[in-house]
Amino acid sequence: MWLHPLRRKLFRDLTTLKGQIVTIALVVACGVAALVTMQSALRSLRDARETFYAASAFADVFVMLRRAPEAVGGRLADLPGVRAVDTRVVGMGTIPFADRSEPARVTVSSLPGSLGRLYLREGRLPEPGRNDEVVLSDAFAEANELRPGARVPLVVGGVRRNVQVVGVGLGPEHVIVMNVGDMAMDAKKSGVLWMNRDAAEAALDLGGSFNQAVLSTVPGFDTREVIDGVDEIVRRYGGLGAHDRERQMSDFMLSQELMQLENMSAQIPPLFLLVAAFLLHVVLTRLVQLQRGQIAALKALGYFNREILQHYLELASVIVVLGATLGVGFGAWFTREMIGLYEEYFRFPTLRATLDPQTAITAILVATLAGVLGTVTSVRSVLKLTPAAAMQPPAPARYRRGLLDIGFFSRLIGPSTRMILRELQRRPLRVALSALGIGVAVGLMVVARFFGDAMDYLVDVQLHESQRWDAQIAFAEPRPLSDLRVFESMPGVFRVQGLRAVPIRIVHEQRSRHISLFGHFGDPEHALQRVVGAAGVAFEMPADGVLLTDTLGDLLGVGPGDTVTLEILEGDRRTLQVPVAGLVDELFGLQAHASADTLHRWLGQEPSTSLALLSIDTAQAEALDRRFVALPDVIGVAHMARVLQQFREQSAQNIGVFSLILTLFGAVIAVGVVYNNARVALSMRERELASLRVLGFTRAEISTILLGELAVQVFAAIPIGLVLGRVFSEAMAKNVDPEMFRFPVILSTQTYAFAAVVTLASAFVSALLVRRKLDRLDLIGVLKTRE
Amino acid sequence: MSEVVLSARDVTKVYRMGEVDVHALRGVTLELVAGELLVLLGASGSGKSTLLNILGGLDNPTAGKVMYQKQDLTAASDKALTLFRRAHVGFVFQFYNLIPSLTARENVALVTELADDPMTPEEALALVGLTERQDHFPSQLSGGEQQRVAIARAVAKRPKILLCDEPTGALDYKTGVKVLEVIEKVNLELGTTTAIITHNAPVAAMAQRVVALHDGRIQREELNEARVSASQIEW
Repeated sequence: MWLHPLRRKLFRDLTTLKGQIVTIALVVACGVAALVTMQSALRSLRDARETFYAASAFADVFVMLRRAPEAVGGRLADLPGVRAVDTRVVGMGTIPFADRSEPARVTVSSLPGSLGRLYLREGRLPEPGRNDEVVLSDAFAEANELRPGARVPLVVGGVRRNVQVVGVGLGPEHVIVMNVGDMAMDAKKSGVLWMNRDAAEAALDLGGSFNQAVLSTVPGFDTREVIDGVDEIVRRYGGLGAHDRERQMSDFMLSQELMQLENMSAQIPPLFLLVAAFLLHVVLTRLVQLQRGQIAALKALGYFNREILQHYLELASVIVVLGATLGVGFGAWFTREMIGLYEEYFRFPTLRATLDPQTAITAILVATLAGVLGTVTSVRSVLKLTPAAAMQPPAPARYRRGLLDIGFFSRLIGPSTRMILRELQRRPLRVALSALGIGVAVGLMVVARFFGDAMDYLVDVQLHESQRWDAQIAFAEPRPLSDLRVFESMPGVFRVQGLRAVPIRIVHEQRSRHISLFGHFGDPEHALQRVVGAAGVAFEMPADGVLLTDTLGDLLGVGPGDTVTLEILEGDRRTLQVPVAGLVDELFGLQAHASADTLHRWLGQEPSTSLALLSIDTAQAEALDRRFVALPDVIGVAHMARVLQQFREQSAQNIGVFSLILTLFGAVIAVGVVYNNARVALSMRERELASLRVLGFTRAEISTILLGELAVQVFAAIPIGLVLGRVFSEAMAKNVDPEMFRFPVILSTQTYAFAAVVTLASAFVSALLVRRKLDRLDLIGVLKTRE
Repeated sequence: MSEVVLSARDVTKVYRMGEVDVHALRGVTLELVAGELLVLLGASGSGKSTLLNILGGLDNPTAGKVMYQKQDLTAASDKALTLFRRAHVGFVFQFYNLIPSLTARENVALVTELADDPMTPEEALALVGLTERQDHFPSQLSGGEQQRVAIARAVAKRPKILLCDEPTGALDYKTGVKVLEVIEKVNLELGTTTAIITHNAPVAAMAQRVVALHDGRIQREELNEARVSASQIEW
């Protein structure tokens, strides 16, 4: 016989169990797909980063300064531990596209030398001496449909000139390009423009000098020592504090993303595999019970326990292999999609979606382990019996009288309800685990919408309570307050306010951070930008001292009443000791706040402003825009309405995909648990239900008994799931770097309702599938078979 | 005196059922002689199935000694008992215990795959007269046919011993007789030592030796002088 009879039995069993096999395999597939996708994306991004950083000689230490003669670069190179130095001239510029009201903001930089070299995707570098030739960052060029040969207007330092695009490329310091202060990335509006050093010096008025230096260090040398040495040298040239890669904007954001991916890949896939193991256990336990007599016969015929165990393991492995194969396939597909999404933000010379074979193998092994676990736990009990005992039908299930049998309750409930309740009471652990399984599904659906909810709340608090302006104008240099009058006279402008921002280093004992210190004008009642805590309440500025973001307070180890040192990184660069007046639970970033009066007193300056905040007639936004851009020294104009729209579109896109996938995964688990439980319950109680039919119960009545049990589990699972959803969401929120965002775990009623409704719908579909089987119950056949 | 194949000496078996001890066997001594056809008679609850299970290595005795030729089965491990069943014993059960997802031929093949010198499944099925039905699933066979498949499955490996537990218990008279004829044929043609347990006294007429069990003890044991063939049995 070409196939062992046990194999034939396996294939026939598989055919009878196909519905259950498919639903469990899908749960396995989700777990494997999640693991493969996240790990592969992680690997792809990491590889792309390593390759690009190595090929382009990405620097280790970075410093911005006001202006230093080129000779200072030589002194930096002489510092111990420094391998190479590259000095640059960097500034901000705008590209006022003729067909758009809002100009694009670009970082204007001299071409990198030995460090952070450009990768050219198209065209060439500017020729020496050609000061009108530029290279554009590729995402920006792509978004604005600019290719080598295009001419664009460029405004730097109030001077407008036309430049010729000769190349499109990217640099390791600009893997992601986002303007400071923007809430969302917009490739159309922010980019990098590289030109010859002479051209940049001329445009930025920095002849013979530099204002940025990047350094590479000797491997193994303590970077902090280099940073201190650099700070020491550039202090008198207006140094803004040297830092390592960790605080390099582009690398920081990339690292954030990698960290999130890594954490999620450790959290989500194990959930699925646990549920899959549980389902395999439930289904196989029932199968083994049903086949108890067969197992006994096999043992009587002389089959060893391990041969019988192997037979059931083969059954489980078919499910696992099917699931894992599907999972790897889906994983490969999701990875491509995910990498596609990443490519819109993170730019590398090559970012390839590579399916990580090691991960695929790990995922399959882990899934197999789950399968083995589920199988062994269910088969073991029968294998332990002697064949003689296994041959006997299992002892009748033991039911107990319980609470519901007390006279009063007893009269209230009919026999069907009584059967449902006794059954639930008999297997409390199974009921609890099933409810937990469905709960996981509900929880995933809650998490699916958590980021959306959190974003909505952030936007609500940040944009409606904190940033109440319609337009914000950024100046290249602080301006006297009187300069704001020019806006007041513009038609359509209702109100103007200033906001002073000063770059500082805040120090307490050994700990320090580079942050912005904001000077607020006016009282919070009327201010266009105010300091708002997580609960949406605005804070009044203290008469003396600073308010710190609470996360910053934690980092520095200070609280109200403590004194911190502020090193002002502009003007005369004075150092101050000031008291901490309080901590604020702000949702974004790390910053310090003071009243404008206090700040200017500390600075020893007349009141000035870095930003103009405007309340305007939004209908006139476009006309106003043209006037704003024409003003000298304006480096940026932001409109709240557009920021909001951009932000919403971007998060809808990112969160949308994530949320859809998690919802689908949740539904797969819900169907997996409910359907399998129903099938198992049906096979266990076939005889009982058929007997009831013979006694005259209708189909609807016996359906009620079977499905009622499931309904109780599902309803019990929903509150559990909502709580789990909150727990999962808290875990997710922790994946986000606290220095950047504090995601409030605030879940809307709609989210809870959504999770509950999708779960109920999944349960309903599963119930329908089982109901079909119930309707086809073969009364005579079932009763004739021996239990 | 012929060779003793299987023996039980002072065998007792106590089951714990909840808080009570059930004495299924209370000191039974019995020998099975090569090639004989033995009928164990007893009412329900007399301990006959327990005895058969212990003789066949499906269960361990609480006390006493069980020997297969020179091998001591009394405290044999699960593995040793499995090997013993695999090599030497064929079982026929009251409820056939066929694997429902396998055809008649495949059910027999379950055993021929394990044995050293088996018949082919076809030969075994021919022996029980089921050549025509070999590709049917258990659900497509009558009770008598299913039991004959079970017999084919039991004898296909040419076992030393054939143990039949109420082989006619679930069958009507006519089919029951047919099944007994097959067992008799196996005993005669293959020389397999055969023990049939039954509560149905007329079956004893086909035995060479009859042992009656009552309440866990052997009540009487006698040679059957007036042995008749299975086809002549009536009840």
